Amino acid sequence: MSADKNAAPVARREAEGRPVLEVRPVLQVRDVSLGFGGVRALTEVSFEVNKGELFSIIGPNGAGKTSMLNCISGRYHPTSGRVLLNGRDVTDLTPNVRATLGLGRTFQNLALFGHMSVLDNIMVGRHHLLRNNAVTGALYWGSGARREELAHRRKVEDIIDFLEIAHIRKAVAGTLPYGLRKRVELARAMAVEPSIILLDEPMAGMNLEEKEDMARYIVDLNEEWGMTVVMIEHDMGVVMDISQRVMVLEFGRKIAEGLPDEVMANERVKVAYLGIDDDEEAAGESAA
Amino acid sequence: MISSSLIPCGQFKTSYAADTTLFLTPASRNWCLFGIAVALAAPLVLSNYLLALLIQIGYYGIAALGLNILVGSTGQISLGHAAFFGFGAFASAWLNNSFGVPVLAAIPLAGVLTTLLGLLFGIPAGRLKGLYLAIATFASQFILEDFFSRANWFTGGSSGAQANPINVFGYEIGGDKGFFYVVLFFVLVMYLLGANLLRTRDGRAFVAVRDHYLSAEVMGINLTKYRILSFGISSFYAGVGGALYGHYLGFVSAEGFTILLSIQFLGMIIIGGMGSVMGTLMGTAFMVLLPEGTEAAVSTIKHFTGDIPALTSALAYIKEAAIGLAIVLFLIFEPDGLVHRWRLIKSYWKLYPFSY
Repeated sequence: MSADKNAAPVARREAEGRPVLEVRPVLQVRDVSLGFGGVRALTEVSFEVNKGELFSIIGPNGAGKTSMLNCISGRYHPTSGRVLLNGRDVTDLTPNVRATLGLGRTFQNLALFGHMSVLDNIMVGRHHLLRNNAVTGALYWGSGARREELAHRRKVEDIIDFLEIAHIRKAVAGTLPYGLRKRVELARAMAVEPSIILLDEPMAGMNLEEKEDMARYIVDLNEEWGMTVVMIEHDMGVVMDISQRVMVLEFGRKIAEGLPDEVMANERVKVAYLGIDDDEEAAGESAA
Repeated sequence: MISSSLIPCGQFKTSYAADTTLFLTPASRNWCLFGIAVALAAPLVLSNYLLALLIQIGYYGIAALGLNILVGSTGQISLGHAAFFGFGAFASAWLNNSFGVPVLAAIPLAGVLTTLLGLLFGIPAGRLKGLYLAIATFASQFILEDFFSRANWFTGGSSGAQANPINVFGYEIGGDKGFFYVVLFFVLVMYLLGANLLRTRDGRAFVAVRDHYLSAEVMGINLTKYRILSFGISSFYAGVGGALYGHYLGFVSAEGFTILLSIQFLGMIIIGGMGSVMGTLMGTAFMVLLPEGTEAAVSTIKHFTGDIPALTSALAYIKEAAIGLAIVLFLIFEPDGLVHRWRLIKSYWKLYPFSY
């Protein structure tokens, strides 16, 4: 079963003449269920994301996509099932510990630190990589804090260059337009240096040009930086274009998983998105 | 945004080191150094009364900076800051009287003791937010006030504690002139530490917790740890400020550390500017000088109208009311505080006459 799953991206990489990476699951989700009282948000969802993959989760509104992401990042604790990060069971760990273990994410609704500069926002992402504390930080000179801060500033500038936000690095994050804020949020998640990055609707509310830019950044992030990406997105054009594998959720259940084309052709996915054709429905009823 | 537009033409930062300086431009740094030089010369020209006011601004300013890190930067609330201020005053006197610790060492040590106390009382902050936290800190105010009046071994109980003057190598620093330099030294050190803290890892974590705690957690910040740590740091500042206060007055009694002083500390940081290091000092100066200004205004009125007995007898109330009025007016017209007004004035002159 798992061999089949791995075969797809490997075959695709070979077909495109790209080097075949070592196939190793970065993220493993096993039979995760989540309930809020009587509401079943997720029911026994399992999937794996391999190193270097660009994996998308799609589904109609309320299908449980963001709940899935929250289970992975630790905001919610699944009622049952396990979440493994780099082979380590993180189900019982808090979000901040998961971040230090290599998990980065962005939010569906903007979640920047509004009163901080863009630069400081991204520097917060390096929190777990920095070693200075309240005492050495306050002393600053001679305690190593200055040297360390400058070294990490250099790394942050690489990310700023990559996402082309150099012109706004000193701007207060809360004053920026929507599209730029989304980009800063991606920068902040990248600064964590995660082994996997979760993007919750990175293109929601953007115009076509901003979407194209964002899609290019995500593809570059995946291909040039070798980042493993899990993305939730509603724009099917983008999802089918850039994802290597797609998983479809409906009412908290996984109804399909595979290459974009396979998923597109899947009958259950069509039904989930488009509903049942009246004729078919009638035919089904008469058959029953 | 405003701060970056204020950089004059021709100022280019060519290294990351140059871009992380405390002062935005060499000019603002030089003005600050000039201000320190003026302060150093102040005892030579100012009367003891004016020096006493400056000393007051100094020790209250240190404590207020602690509260600003807690309330302004971390977004917590504390109604018990005066109690920690008082604990620092008692702790320093106690260390000096009971163990013979030299006063200059007892002051920072009192800060450390107050930090430990602050960490303890900060534990509820790991769980509580907003109004609930306000009530929890309110409790710490009353618990400590009660402790001050009962713990005879520590505070001398209702009769209070003697706080010795500062003694360096057998030479006693007495009087306002000598003490002014001590307070100036502590103000400079504490403000420098505070400014450095806010531009490094843990300072950023505080602001992150304030602005968006959910995403702060996803960035790897341990919320509970930083909420409690913020209380500890704020208490350190309160303790050092309180210790200076005690040794300046020479006598510490529990009556000085009521909830009113806690509210005044909050007033200082609201008027000065939440989350701003420089604003804290501005707000403290404003709060200390406001009663003086009110008194001067009243005596000016009396100069023209002759003595009005009702006005004289009401002076004490007018002073108190002026503080309340100032806080209300600032909340309505300048919620970002004096420091924001100062930035607006600076940018006005920078851009004059083409302000658009």
